[in-house]
Amino acid sequence: MTPNDLPEIFRDHNPLEDKMLQVIDNEGNIISGELMPQLDDNTIIDAYQKMLYERTADEMAISFQRQGRMYTYTPNLGQEAIHIAAGMNIRKEDWLVPAFREMGTLLAKGVTMKEMFLFYNGNEHGSSFQNAHHVLPIAISIGTQLQHATGIGYSVKYRKKDETVFTFIGDGGTSEGDFSEALNFAGVWQVPVIFTVQNNQYAISVPVKAQTNSVNLAVKSVAFGIPGIKVDGNDFFAMYLAYQTASEYARSGRGAVLIEALTYRLGAHTTSDDPTKYRKKEEEELWGLTDPLVRLKRYMERSGIWQIDEETLKDTYRQEIEQQFLDAEKSKTYPLDDVFAYMYTDMPDELRRQKAEYEQFLSWKETRE
Amino acid sequence: MSAMTMVKAINSALDIKLKEDKNIVIYGEDVGVEGGVFRVTEGLQKKYGAERVFDTPLAESAIVGTALGMAVSGLRPIVELQFEGFTFPAFNQILSNVARMQNRSRGRYGAPLVIRFPYGGGVNALEHHSDSPEALFAHIPGLKVVIPSTPHDAKGMMIAAIESNDPVIFMEPKRIYRAIKQEVSDEKFTIPLGKARVVQEGSDVTVVAFGAMIRECQKAIVMAEESGISVELIDLRSIYPIDRETIRNSVRKTGRMIVVAEAHQSFSVGSELIAIANEEAFLYLEAPPKRVMGYDTVVPLAQGEKYYIISPDRIFYEIEKSVHF
Repeated sequence: MTPNDLPEIFRDHNPLEDKMLQVIDNEGNIISGELMPQLDDNTIIDAYQKMLYERTADEMAISFQRQGRMYTYTPNLGQEAIHIAAGMNIRKEDWLVPAFREMGTLLAKGVTMKEMFLFYNGNEHGSSFQNAHHVLPIAISIGTQLQHATGIGYSVKYRKKDETVFTFIGDGGTSEGDFSEALNFAGVWQVPVIFTVQNNQYAISVPVKAQTNSVNLAVKSVAFGIPGIKVDGNDFFAMYLAYQTASEYARSGRGAVLIEALTYRLGAHTTSDDPTKYRKKEEEELWGLTDPLVRLKRYMERSGIWQIDEETLKDTYRQEIEQQFLDAEKSKTYPLDDVFAYMYTDMPDELRRQKAEYEQFLSWKETRE
Repeated sequence: MSAMTMVKAINSALDIKLKEDKNIVIYGEDVGVEGGVFRVTEGLQKKYGAERVFDTPLAESAIVGTALGMAVSGLRPIVELQFEGFTFPAFNQILSNVARMQNRSRGRYGAPLVIRFPYGGGVNALEHHSDSPEALFAHIPGLKVVIPSTPHDAKGMMIAAIESNDPVIFMEPKRIYRAIKQEVSDEKFTIPLGKARVVQEGSDVTVVAFGAMIRECQKAIVMAEESGISVELIDLRSIYPIDRETIRNSVRKTGRMIVVAEAHQSFSVGSELIAIANEEAFLYLEAPPKRVMGYDTVVPLAQGEKYYIISPDRIFYEIEKSVHF
């Protein structure tokens, strides 16, 4: 990789110098006009609406969980700009290899809220993503998914397909061996994979400072010989530009890219987590000022393109999301077959025997009741 | 004596040993500031300092690999892996090094460390949070693998595990972390590893279980007693080394054995116990020993878990079948 092969924004934002790509500030003022991606007003309005949709869906999911209508859930609050910017740059033929906090990107690929609700309601059918093309299920064992992304990258290259792989991990996940191994392979193989580290400052309770002695997480790309860039993850335009550039780079056959998206998990790690145990309110408030929705809205107001009746829109979203939740609740059937049917393509006799044995118990139970 | 949950009892064991032995360190993901996601290490960092109780980067292999380094150089580390489903990045270190260092170095370097983690189902969890991988660990020569079923046992077994000069895999049944309260001594006491406990004596059938399944068996035994069946319940406590003698004596007495466990049944602890029953009590058997265990499938997510989890009436059904064989 010679410096000339690097896109300009990567050269200008060298992670070794801890530079960060940023287009607008917290007030929505443009700070780097030359970096502003060329987007028409409708696209910006669309982006905001998608972020608002994700925020609304997320708030509702948390509330369903609190009402006891859903099991453990992993909120996305505060990280929407990353998800929507990725979602707007990912094409139908591109691959999405998620971790578990990328709702907006999953939705962009055609995953439905009904499926998300089914999954968090404890039904594996919520991972089958019926209408989404090239999306792997949510990955819970941390970091493992990056290797799958690199493998898909190899497959894409081998099959000479115009497909890019988008994959995600958190700041904590970068400490796993799987992270380094996946990036190393991607470097050696020069495969079209865009690795995003969503640095939301915490791995459950452990702050990123206790996670690495590196100056930032983008710098980890240097050791593997792939371009890396640190981006303000709460700045929609910066994230959009990063994905646009990374996609062009990957599609041109030059290989993988690492994007560190600097953000903040405004909510809990999961609905079982209590962040007051390990972080201060003042810190949360400070990061609250960088809220990606507020920033984009301020930019839109300043540019005179704000024309959204937010409350009405949110109400529409709420009704639509509620309907998907109700649909998920209604389809809450789980036949015994589902436990066994998908384990093997060719079910072993031993599994048939185990299932039959359980069915005998069920009939005994019925005669007793 | 204090009323303790299992969480509190393990915390008490760790507290006593930290106080007693300055070579003990405790670490893992979220164990320091947060006190563990289940609060097992709560308050210990505050009490003993961040040099002895601390958070690590998110890397299970490094957590276990560094623990071995500490153990061969004079410390006695106790590490937490957050869930059973996240032990596998560390599996290479456990299998290839932790379990073998003592033998490899002809006793020159031991591995006095404890690897503890919550395991088991019945808590409506996401994937990788409901598994029972005890057989995977028990199959590795060089490890002790233990599982408590009560707060009292948890405390005594944890202290014994920490004092063991061999590496111990200490599996904590998360489903009963807070479900049972029991009067437990505040003082130091140990329960020797490798010894099963006869929870209740009986004459018709032996039921062997461990962890969260003991409580389910006790519910089934109430049903069995109503049907006039006398059940002997054994809490295995130690998966490896396994208490062959207690199994032998019981099965020779009752002539029947049922093993109740959450794990997948093939190649399991249940398989091992049935082998022992055959080797030790073959001519005493009046019914085929039976595994009442999970299927050879992934533990289903919450909606399907009802099919997988072993219920008291399922245990009773198998007890009855065995007695009327």
